[in-house]
Amino acid sequence: MTSNNTPVLEVRDLRVTFPSESGAVRAVRGIDFSLRSGETLAIVGESGSGKSVTATSVLGLLPTSAQVTGSVLLEGRELLGLSDTEMSKIRGKDIGMVFQDPLSALTPVYSIGTQLMEALQIHQNLSKQAARARALELLELVGIPDPKRRIDAFPHEFSGGMRQRAVIAMAIANDPKVIIADEPTTALDVTIQAQVLEVLKTAQEVTGAAILMITHDLGVVAGMADNVTVMYAGRPVEAGTAEGVFYEPHMPYTIGLLSAVPRLDKTERKALTPLEGNPPSMVKLPKGCPFAARCPIAVDICREQEPRLVDVAAVPGLQSACHRAAEIGNGDLAREGMFPTPELSEWEGESDRASRPEVLRVENLIKHFPLTKGAVFKRRVGTVKAVDGLTFDIREGETFALVGESGCGKTTTLLEILDLPRKQEGSVVVLGKETKTLTGKDRRGIRRDLQVVFQDPMASLDARMPVGDVLAEPLRAHGWSKEKIQARVPELLSLVGLLPEHAERFPTEFSGGQRQRIGIARALALDPKLIVLDEPVSALDVSIQAGVINLLDELKVKLGLSYLFVAHDLSVIRHIADRVAVMYLGRIVESGDAEAVFESPSHPYTQALLSAVPLPDPRKERERQRILLTGDLPSPADVPSGCRFRTRCPKFVGLTEGEAERCRTEDPASTAMAADHSAACHYAAALEVV
Amino acid sequence: MTTEAVAGALAADEPTKSRGRGQLILRRFVRNRLALVGIAILVLLLLGAYVLPSILKWQYTDNDWNYLGTSPGQGGHLLGTNHSGQDMLAVTLRGLQKSLVIGLIGGPLTTFIAAVVGAAAGYFGGWIDRALMWGLELLLVIPGFLLLATISPKLAHVSWLIFVLLLAALGWMITARVVRSMTLTLKDREYVLAAKYMGVGSMKIIFRHILPNMASLLIVDAAVQIGLIVLGETSLSYFGFGIQAPDISLGTLIADGEPDAITSPWMFFVPAGFLVLIGLCSAFIGDGLRDAFDPSASGAKAKVKLPADGESDSQQVEIVSNTVRAEEGLAS
Amino acid sequence: MGRGMGRFLLKRAINYLILTFIASTGVYFLASYCLEPAMNLLSRHPRPPMSSVYSVLASQNLDPRVPVVERYWTWLTQILFHGNFGTMIDGGSVNAEMGRRIFVSTELLLLSTLIGSITGVMLGAWNALRQYRPSDRISTIVSYAIIAMPVPVIGITLRTIDNWMGSPIQYTGLDDPNAHGVVAVVLSNMQHLILPTLTLWLVQVTLFSRYQRSTMLDVLNADFLRTARAKGLPFRKAIVKHGLRTAVIPVMPLLVYNIVLLFVGATFTEKLFGWHGMGEWTVDTITTNDINSVAAIGVFTSVLVLIAGLLSDLVYAALDPRVRV
Ligand code: SF4
Ligand code: SF4
Repeated sequence: MTSNNTPVLEVRDLRVTFPSESGAVRAVRGIDFSLRSGETLAIVGESGSGKSVTATSVLGLLPTSAQVTGSVLLEGRELLGLSDTEMSKIRGKDIGMVFQDPLSALTPVYSIGTQLMEALQIHQNLSKQAARARALELLELVGIPDPKRRIDAFPHEFSGGMRQRAVIAMAIANDPKVIIADEPTTALDVTIQAQVLEVLKTAQEVTGAAILMITHDLGVVAGMADNVTVMYAGRPVEAGTAEGVFYEPHMPYTIGLLSAVPRLDKTERKALTPLEGNPPSMVKLPKGCPFAARCPIAVDICREQEPRLVDVAAVPGLQSACHRAAEIGNGDLAREGMFPTPELSEWEGESDRASRPEVLRVENLIKHFPLTKGAVFKRRVGTVKAVDGLTFDIREGETFALVGESGCGKTTTLLEILDLPRKQEGSVVVLGKETKTLTGKDRRGIRRDLQVVFQDPMASLDARMPVGDVLAEPLRAHGWSKEKIQARVPELLSLVGLLPEHAERFPTEFSGGQRQRIGIARALALDPKLIVLDEPVSALDVSIQAGVINLLDELKVKLGLSYLFVAHDLSVIRHIADRVAVMYLGRIVESGDAEAVFESPSHPYTQALLSAVPLPDPRKERERQRILLTGDLPSPADVPSGCRFRTRCPKFVGLTEGEAERCRTEDPASTAMAADHSAACHYAAALEVV
Repeated sequence: MTTEAVAGALAADEPTKSRGRGQLILRRFVRNRLALVGIAILVLLLLGAYVLPSILKWQYTDNDWNYLGTSPGQGGHLLGTNHSGQDMLAVTLRGLQKSLVIGLIGGPLTTFIAAVVGAAAGYFGGWIDRALMWGLELLLVIPGFLLLATISPKLAHVSWLIFVLLLAALGWMITARVVRSMTLTLKDREYVLAAKYMGVGSMKIIFRHILPNMASLLIVDAAVQIGLIVLGETSLSYFGFGIQAPDISLGTLIADGEPDAITSPWMFFVPAGFLVLIGLCSAFIGDGLRDAFDPSASGAKAKVKLPADGESDSQQVEIVSNTVRAEEGLAS
Repeated sequence: MGRGMGRFLLKRAINYLILTFIASTGVYFLASYCLEPAMNLLSRHPRPPMSSVYSVLASQNLDPRVPVVERYWTWLTQILFHGNFGTMIDGGSVNAEMGRRIFVSTELLLLSTLIGSITGVMLGAWNALRQYRPSDRISTIVSYAIIAMPVPVIGITLRTIDNWMGSPIQYTGLDDPNAHGVVAVVLSNMQHLILPTLTLWLVQVTLFSRYQRSTMLDVLNADFLRTARAKGLPFRKAIVKHGLRTAVIPVMPLLVYNIVLLFVGATFTEKLFGWHGMGEWTVDTITTNDINSVAAIGVFTSVLVLIAGLLSDLVYAALDPRVRV
């Protein structure tokens, strides 16, 4: 990448404070960075670290109540203190912005073209025709197929990935010097994320702009960034080149974060390293290093004095904010093992899968919905084949993961299992009982043995009920006596690592990780056999995720549970699953032993999916060849003939006409690749992609 | 690491001790000065209406033949008298009693009907939903004012309570629609699903998880409905379709005072003033409650994402109360 | 707006028609049950003999001795086949009276709704932008006060103020009966419009501005507004072009609905200012036990609801591309 010496954007000692109910929130407490043309700087941090506020304040789009001090220089011109009118001459022209949520980032009532042309005409004196022509070029550039037709579409007619492309087109419309991307791919699926990141790179090449990337995803950082700044509690705690930060971090928080991320490329099955605790409150910051409460190597001075961000001697260009950085740098304090990693408990039951009892069997499950159109004027226009013939089984003591991107039908599958409907196509057998034909009594029994943990720990706990009541609810519903409930609640709390006193608190008083523990405790209340986990960690910050995953692993062994684990994050699944099934458009395309599926993925979709997952490792990322999927997931209302993956299949493109014909006409059946590994592709062949 | 060790590690990281939600709401409410004033005045009005008459010199039934239609202040009549020599203060307090009772019964009743119908329609869906919504639309099509006015001759001799019931029965529809749409989103919330999958019954779920979670909407709506019911009663009584003699309400008093509004303004403006006061208090309290329940609704604070359906419940309340006004506008 | 929407509207219209039919039927039966037209004739002096009372009633299809279902059938067939709503209690034609009154109501309402909606939307948006500044607080309090006032109180207050100021504005009736010549009548008519229009305007401007304010506040936090500003639109422009345009969507259908329904709804205003419109008629027909007229108003109102409902659906679809698929 090109780089010349004068930075285009320079931020010095930026501080942002918001007034709030409970006092001033010091969201950003002094950050410096500079960006050169063609360069990408990533600001990484967990929720509440101040990274987004930093980005927004550069554009001057913070609410007026925010107090911003310091200096933001764009090619030497001070931006702080400029009036809205002056700033608006810079916004969209010199600085383009890409926001996180493409769903709400576009005005719903104007067509994509109108909004894009507006972006052009604000800053350039273009005729309508010229603006439209340029808009078409831009849409082409960001990879929107058939732009001539799509330009007049409204945002709601675009998929999430397409909208994000349109937003990027808007951001680069006027050849900006800086592009700010605030979590640009967080709301997207991995394969779409890979596409969008590619588009961003193209945009950067075309405009030569500097990119300021805000993200929490270390994998994305590794693939995109030249330089990285890690933020914690409103301050940068480590900054330097990507390689420096990833390979030689000198600040325990960075070290902890990197070791807490589950990695797709780690083959050995090992417990994750949790980073216990929570970031401090930004209203009442404790004295000293803000990380001290969670730092395993904190010493007295840490609690007294906040360390400053200073150059690290050993690594050129790296700055760290830690009193013990020198000791870490010279090896006195080893990075490996700085954060304690728990032992992984091993399953002690029958190891031969075939002889273990079956806890769940799903056979040829089908769920179709009527497709309606229009929000106000609803009418049926087709059939959504959400689940279209699904077969799998789970045996005792097993974690079975169902993976797929949004729209693949995994949630529908889960609800079909949990709803215990009386009418159903195909069959669901829970603990030997077919759910369709259950009697009332059996149904209650199944409700006891089959429990669920949801994705969003905030949403899955009724905020008005104290934790004790939350845990007692299933017990009460199943007729437990008061005394027995009273004894059970503290037991459950300590089972998930909380204290019995916590029963009196309300869910809102807990952090995300703790809340998810409460959700797990509730699922355990009735001593179930099978727990359905619906994206149980995807709403949590990485540092918290690890602890919850370890807990789940431990509970499984201790209580002899089986899990049906539904998730989209392949790295997490790699860590927890014994068996995996990959879903695409309502079908399982590949399934089997986790080891086998991850090591030798054989279906082209699985391969693409795995290759789209970014690794938190800059060198590996640079060398990797991505299999990029083209286009979006087809609508489940309009499933392609023959192989349903053929419209996006990278392998299909290279097939001879005769071979391709087979994909077009014949629905591939699941064929065995190995003892416990099968794929539904006519031309399945193992390929190492990670 | 064993669970005990985890417990130890977590114990160091106590959940942030914060004030209970109730306390927080109270604190925010108290901070809203207008809402406090609203509550204070409403309480004073209630006290005044029930306690004051027993210590006043004149009862509403007394006729002071020496002072017929005198202006305020004369002959010991603080607010003057009407043409039959009744003390305006005593009469107005009497009317206030009735109007307040009507509002305090009718407002919450309206909200209750709306909550039950809306939640049932939303939660059960299917034909229950269709039947309830169809009935709702029918009630919207039927001109409420015409209906009440037509029935009124038949109500002349039955208790005014029936009248309150009718007012409530014709005023719940818009709120019910909002409750229904909120139920539709709440129904898919994970804690409701969790309860369902644990084996908790439908009615229990509605009353334990669904309705309490729109408590803010319901409470605010009830507060606003109080004002609306009082207004509705007044409008009808004004034409003689509402409260019938010998009962007195603010509405009948306003109707009585209207012809003299120009020559003897106190006969009209005294009851009218009290009426406006009730309406104002109800609006202020509703407003204060809304802000207290959902500070984000007042925007000034941090940016908060609105729920998927695009409206936070407090905003919905404002929309409800406005829409109700719109429907009520039928009688402007 | 494709074929799907046409079909949708047709379905809606049919549903509304059924509702309208049920509602008007309900009103007819209710009126027949609750009102006693015989009382009107019997209270005359000298009291007419029962037989002549019955014959008068029978001529108007009001004879209580005929089963109500039969009367209803006559009433219904008259409307369906002859468009005839029957006779009023004083013998006049309901159709003719209704026509006259619709005209009067239209004249009264057109101006106030027009100004009311436009000013309401503008005021609401402006208040939202200045949330919690003094101007917003003041208009909040004022609008609460107006919302708390029943229409008669507003009207009478205006009338009283006018009187205290020495009656600069005349208000009783459509115009001054003493005015002669076209110009004088028109001028007088315009003067007579001022107070009732002001009354109706006050009610509507508060209503619409509150509603617009809250939808506008929703939009002020929207991401797309931030995008618009990030593109380089100055704050004001972004607000108007992206914010207001979106925030007006939920308000418009309500506005349309409300305006259409005002045609039967200006009861108090018409009554107070002596305008013989549809609203006033509602009250008068009931107090005179005029069953046929009450039923006619019932039909008229539910047809208005039908029109209002369909119109607001159309407006919604015209404004929001998301619903017209
Ligand atoms: S300064 Fe101390 S507490 Fe902070 S990270 Fe370094 S060692 Fe840990
Ligand atoms: S069957 Fe053909 S189209 Fe389908 S995945 Fe295999 S190669 Fe691709």
